[in-house]
Amino acid sequence: MLSDFGVIFLFIITAIAFIAVALTIARLVRPHRPNVEKLTTYESGEDPLGNANVQFNGRFYVIALIFVLFEVELVFLFPWATVFGQASLIAQTDGLWGWFALAEMAIFVGILALGLVYAWAKGYLDWVRPQPKLPAVKSSVPADLYGKVNKKYAQKTKSV
Amino acid sequence: MLEAGFIIKSLIILALFGLTLLIATYSTYAERKVAAFLQDRLGPNRAGPWGLLQPIADAGKMFFKEDFIPSQASKWLFIAGPCLSMLTALMATAVVPFGDSVKYTTGPNQILTVPVQPIDVNIGVLYIFGVVSLGVYGLMIGGWASNNKFSLLGAIRAASQNISYEIPMGLSMIAILMMTGSLSMGEIVSQQHGGNWNIFYQPLGFIIFITCAFAECNRTPFDLPECETELIGGYHTEYSSMKLGFYLFSEYINMFVSSAVISNLFFGGYNYPFMDSVHQFLTNNLGAIAGHNVATLIGTVVLFGKIFFFIFFFMWVRWTLPRFRYDQLMNLGWKGLIPLAMLNIVLTGGAILFLKPLITALLK
Repeated sequence: MLSDFGVIFLFIITAIAFIAVALTIARLVRPHRPNVEKLTTYESGEDPLGNANVQFNGRFYVIALIFVLFEVELVFLFPWATVFGQASLIAQTDGLWGWFALAEMAIFVGILALGLVYAWAKGYLDWVRPQPKLPAVKSSVPADLYGKVNKKYAQKTKSV
Repeated sequence: MLEAGFIIKSLIILALFGLTLLIATYSTYAERKVAAFLQDRLGPNRAGPWGLLQPIADAGKMFFKEDFIPSQASKWLFIAGPCLSMLTALMATAVVPFGDSVKYTTGPNQILTVPVQPIDVNIGVLYIFGVVSLGVYGLMIGGWASNNKFSLLGAIRAASQNISYEIPMGLSMIAILMMTGSLSMGEIVSQQHGGNWNIFYQPLGFIIFITCAFAECNRTPFDLPECETELIGGYHTEYSSMKLGFYLFSEYINMFVSSAVISNLFFGGYNYPFMDSVHQFLTNNLGAIAGHNVATLIGTVVLFGKIFFFIFFFMWVRWTLPRFRYDQLMNLGWKGLIPLAMLNIVLTGGAILFLKPLITALLK
């Protein structure tokens, strides 16, 4: 008889076999007529400019770092959660076990939550919000004229 | 000579693969039909009666389309990305229970009981959580290997979004584990016998979980990794043919898996109210073994009803809510869901330690 994870291994093998078969069949039946134009990187129809390994927002890196902390916390919480409510342990200690375990975990989660609060207060979790840019257009119409018109119609809609 | 257990398990695995792929295929059809229904259109109706053959035609098209690997891309990683995505999606179903148990006689007075679940490992919840987390590698590798600016941005967004929403998802799972005291999926489901579902004890946890499930599946309103108005195709911009098919398919398989996990963790899986009287009635009329098997079948049908409802719910939300902006998405994850999920754990702990003895004392 297979062990529990033997079955999961069987599962993985079947999945890999399925993927391999699907890719092989597709390879056998599809046409293969590449040319230079087809193989260029897609950039909305323009010729691609430079390499794609561009700079991106450093926030992603910070998020990944904080994530690692919390993921480790989660891994610690999983075994804790299973023993927290165990009736035998609670009965042995007259219900003290549950409060003890909860307090312990509250301290542990509290320290990490403090880290989250720190990152939050420092603004590491804030993303750049899009700022609407007003186009600067040279026009013979003075700018305050638009303001007047807007004001007039705003009042009109209010009175209606 | 192969063992009987090995053969049975292999058959179950093959059946489950077929079922998963079938449901994923027809989810694409359902998606288009639901979209059509919600937008007052007809949807696919040319291939076969009511367009029922449309997904088959789409799959056929995936096989016959030419496949490009851009000259700038890293070839092997480009192939590995969608394969990994598909692999992790397919692996997740391994520990999901799909029904109670099937009994059959192997000889005189020998009754074998086989649970309708590929395998009930004692860390089932952790396994699902781990496999779902691996899914992000598929998107990240594929998007990075494409060497395309849109793909790279989509992949980074996908990675960042998935890891951000994994934490509240795990925390809401922990609240459930505190109640059940077990990591095994089969155990968690059998504890919700009858109408004693976890949703009644964990309403906040459920809301957090389903929000994170939407984000993990990259579904609207969290489909920023592939939002077509900003990033063309996101991480799969450069993909075509079967590799694109793998990416799209794995999304639907993930949807099926998350619906199944939601139904099992929060909505009692195969349990339904008055199941004991139904079981009693069937065993009285059909005999112990046949009655039990029919009752299991009814439970499985009920479970699939729940799963299909949640798949429908995924599609319903897609055509109801607009997409989030990226800063809103991150704010919701880090500043909304994570503190809320932590609060949920503390509340659950307090309720278990304080309310439960109180209520049991009152009931006595």
